[in-house]
Amino acid sequence: MEIIFTVTESTLVAELLGELDHHAAEGTREKIDKAMDNYKVSGLIMDFKKVSFMDSSGIGMILGRYRKLGEKGLKIAISGCSPSVRNILNMAGVFSIIDYYQDREEAVREMNRKEVS
Amino acid sequence: MKKELKVQLDGILENQGLARAVAAAYASQADPTVEELTEIKTAVSEAFSNAAIHGYKGEGGPVKMEFGFTSADTLMIKVIDKGTGIENIAVAMEPLFTTDTGPERSGMGFTVMESFMDKLKVDSKPGEGTTVTMIKKLDTYYEL
Repeated sequence: MEIIFTVTESTLVAELLGELDHHAAEGTREKIDKAMDNYKVSGLIMDFKKVSFMDSSGIGMILGRYRKLGEKGLKIAISGCSPSVRNILNMAGVFSIIDYYQDREEAVREMNRKEVS
Repeated sequence: MKKELKVQLDGILENQGLARAVAAAYASQADPTVEELTEIKTAVSEAFSNAAIHGYKGEGGPVKMEFGFTSADTLMIKVIDKGTGIENIAVAMEPLFTTDTGPERSGMGFTVMESFMDKLKVDSKPGEGTTVTMIKKLDTYYEL
């Protein structure tokens, strides 16, 4: 799985590309954690727009980041999930604890807006 | 069972993508919808990763996958490992249950399989391995 990182104001966007399974999850979470440490931002958006496949490993990956960032008082949101990705995340109730946005731009806007207010 | 296919892969996570690609290729014969294909791939991905992570504890071992059609539109898939087996199947199948406390397991594998397939059966004995049998009826409303 490839990840493209971009920083907008105080938010790190991790655009995930490809297939997210148990094999890919480990490297993915390491890369994201490392980027969060490097960029010293106050929030993370994981964008799933270009994720072509995801199994339940995605749940663990997202909830793991949620927990880790929460301990440091950092914010997290997800964006751009396909219907099947949404379906899987819904089974574990991910959307009841993590903000979801249809597209990345909206997620970035909202997260930086919350930062200001 | 018609058009049977049996394959054996080494039960390591590196093969997870290959396992679901085989499942997708096989299921494609019955002209499934894109959604059905995603569901089949996901369910097989979960069953295979269970075998690799829990059955063989990351050390690998033979995982057999058997495919067949019980009728023209009903697909049956078995994922069989000879690993550690499951002590209590009912508990293992509960949402969020996992024995693996380490690297961020969600405990949702069986729940995903159950919701994406029409039938799910798990046979297992500690020390002997686990067989996951999944059945999915494909949508044929477009047929005349």
